[in-house]
Amino acid sequence: MNAHISRRDFAVGLGGIVVAFTLAPKLATGQQPAALPGSLNGNRMLDAWVRIAADGSATVCTGKVELGQGIVTALAQIAAEELDLPLARLRMISGDTEKTPNEGITSGSQSIENGGVALRLAGAEVRAILIDLAAKRLGVEASGLTVADGVISAADGRKVTYGELARDADLHREVTAKAKPKSPSAHRIVGKSIARFDIPAKVTGGVAFVQDLRLPGMLHGRVVRPPNYGAKLEAIDEAKIKAMPGVVAVVRDGSFLGVIAEREEQAIRASMALGQAARWAAGPPLPDQASLYDHLLSLPDEPHVISEKQAAAPDGARVMEATYHKPYMCHGAIGPSCAVAQFKDGKMTVWTHSQGVFPLRGNLVTALKLPPDKVHCIHAEGSGCYGHNGADDVALDAALLARAAPGGRPVRLQWMRGDEFGWEPFGPAMVMKTKAAIGADGRIVDWNYDVWTNTHSTRPGPGGNNLLASWYLNEPQKPAPPQILPQPAGGGDRNALPLYDFPRQRVVHHFIKEMPLRVSALRTLGAYANVFAIESFLDELALAAGADPVAFRLAHLRDPRGRAVIEAVAKKAKWAPGEKGGGGKGRGVGFAKYKNLATYVAVIADIEVDAASGKVSVPRAWAAADSGLIINPDGLANQIEGGIIQSTSWTLLEEVKFDRNGIKSRDWLTYPILTMPEAPTVEVELINRPEAPSLGAGEASQGPMVAAIANAFAAATGKRMRELPLTPERVRAVMRG
Amino acid sequence: MAVSLKVNGAVHSVPAQPDTPLLYVLRNDLELNGAKFGCGLAQCGACTVLVDGRPVRSCVTEVGSLGQSEITTLEGLGTAAKPHPLQQAFIDEQAAQCGYCINGMIMSAKALLDQNPHATAAQVREGLAGNLCRCGTHGRIIRAVLKASHTTGRI
Repeated sequence: MNAHISRRDFAVGLGGIVVAFTLAPKLATGQQPAALPGSLNGNRMLDAWVRIAADGSATVCTGKVELGQGIVTALAQIAAEELDLPLARLRMISGDTEKTPNEGITSGSQSIENGGVALRLAGAEVRAILIDLAAKRLGVEASGLTVADGVISAADGRKVTYGELARDADLHREVTAKAKPKSPSAHRIVGKSIARFDIPAKVTGGVAFVQDLRLPGMLHGRVVRPPNYGAKLEAIDEAKIKAMPGVVAVVRDGSFLGVIAEREEQAIRASMALGQAARWAAGPPLPDQASLYDHLLSLPDEPHVISEKQAAAPDGARVMEATYHKPYMCHGAIGPSCAVAQFKDGKMTVWTHSQGVFPLRGNLVTALKLPPDKVHCIHAEGSGCYGHNGADDVALDAALLARAAPGGRPVRLQWMRGDEFGWEPFGPAMVMKTKAAIGADGRIVDWNYDVWTNTHSTRPGPGGNNLLASWYLNEPQKPAPPQILPQPAGGGDRNALPLYDFPRQRVVHHFIKEMPLRVSALRTLGAYANVFAIESFLDELALAAGADPVAFRLAHLRDPRGRAVIEAVAKKAKWAPGEKGGGGKGRGVGFAKYKNLATYVAVIADIEVDAASGKVSVPRAWAAADSGLIINPDGLANQIEGGIIQSTSWTLLEEVKFDRNGIKSRDWLTYPILTMPEAPTVEVELINRPEAPSLGAGEASQGPMVAAIANAFAAATGKRMRELPLTPERVRAVMRG
Repeated sequence: MAVSLKVNGAVHSVPAQPDTPLLYVLRNDLELNGAKFGCGLAQCGACTVLVDGRPVRSCVTEVGSLGQSEITTLEGLGTAAKPHPLQQAFIDEQAAQCGYCINGMIMSAKALLDQNPHATAAQVREGLAGNLCRCGTHGRIIRAVLKASHTTGRI
């Protein structure tokens, strides 16, 4: 969808305009083409990325989508910079299976790294092509031309505009990636805190979200989910519901149940009546939450040794060990998932806030048994998702209802609050065991780390159907077998490798295939819990060694950029080496380089613990971040701040509740999150490194923040919290123990 | 069945049952996007509108209960071309990530500042305690409201 969203744009999309360009060149020779950088590799045609119109404006296409992280603005900055065009003359199109490159899923803090690199090189190449054309037209050397705002000028004052060259510019060619992008010192748009395109509509009631889409003749749908995973619909008397006011159709396919009505409140009432009328055979019981972690460890696991460093076994070293736990957590979007679908003339069009319109289309094609060219997915923003939530599932739900809608009328379906909590795939529970030894010199001489968890992605993709409703159809489809996500990025073992330099280490990822609860990618995947465990244990070791936590980290870390963020945050927070917390007040530090590949973040947090009630509060936090070359400083700061506050919420409050019969966290009372009075005040320092590649930052601060809180808790109380979240009950128990 | 409502200064007759939550009438009959469905349970505040100046959760407010009350939505404050000072402050502070909660933040802040034009940071936090934000934009939201209130102070 266009970044500059308007109702007219929705209408244009509805018409199903197909842009006739091929996204991949034909390979006459059958040879593998040379690899291209970033997302160019899978989308090799220049005009798949950038097109120039006769009015001198550019259409810039990206397969990455806006999730509230400001990415479309940042990508536009990169493209405008290289094209030498003002931002106002760019039209951004993102996430459309018929209009944009396929960049997979917008996830893993990779949009700047892959999508940004593609647009930088494509933009530079288009600019070079236009300059060459101008040189020919003006009869001068290309090197003597200058470009400003889409106007190419010769030394003698003659000018030609991009618009005048557009017709002759053949952009339907394979990207060479040979055009040299600008040096950072020449940047005028990149590196500026450009205001986000999407915010004015969001603060004034413009059409900003898929939830705001209103198509002519649109109906409203709701679904009725089973009482628990795997339950089967035994009987339903539809007659009474069909007779309810406004009801257009009751849709049943196996154990998939939904309703379509003229008005939204009618669909809601009818779905409630349907829910009461339905008789279900319950699915298999869930584990007992009280012994969840023992249960996880009892399941078969596939051990993968992801790092093994041998060194002489230390003599007389002091050995310590600890076990840490992280529960299932919700994505908890403020707006439940929503989609609009229309089935007309044999073609299904779905407006979706999926993070990956192409993979979603793949699973929709399988579920609906339609040819790929008969399913069109168009991204429209939703509420922030923080990973794989109900966005893809609701798209299939809406499509199943739209197929039953009379006269090709579109159907808008938004999940109810309980649908989202009860059926979204959760961030998986995890168990982390650490064992290390400190030598006589106070240094870590041996490090052992084991993490047990499920896969951290069951997103739509090949190998099965990962859309919820497909498993409940009369002819049920099978989910893809759970996959381990390989290192170095990893999944459950993301950031399980410490960045510190230990002479001897062994790190094992115990991959558990059986999934008692539905799970998938939640922001940071395993990094949040792994950084919690590693950085907590590091502080335990520092304490045992009698070392200051900041100094102890620096003593084990060679990476200069890692050291720089730790030193910067210590300075910013006025960290006093050796300062002891106590009396319920303390501060702690946490550090990680996200995925060991992306942004470096160090955080210091101040916390207060009320011993009587067990309530933990986090009044302040400081962070230092290094993302290489910064594209949009304010956007980057927003991501780092947001991650810190979200992590505070996860750490203090969040845990999915369930019993043997199903998920019990169904609303904001049974799954509370951080409120406005509880949010820490955050100060962020950004370290810009123009000479270094830009690094993903959307998930970089959550791990360091949980560690900073846990370490501050220990400083404040002298007790160590090894199980998340730090709820009052758990804190009181630890304080007693 | 039709219900009469006064929204943003204009009277509308809508074909809804009196027990219909105001939210659906605003969004679907009057095509106002500001108020959002978040929970339908009055727990998150995304659907907040003002009724006679008071912040109300439109997801649990029946249209038939409103009589001739003045209902104000986000659209009633200002437009993208001519934003209300609160809306302008949210733009200036870039006080949004996904932005889904922002309607509720601005409407609750409007009610707060109408009562207490020089609210302190602590009062802003308390005034927005019933509005949930999931992206972690809390600090920017507080700064935006303080900016609109002409109050300076640390948050």
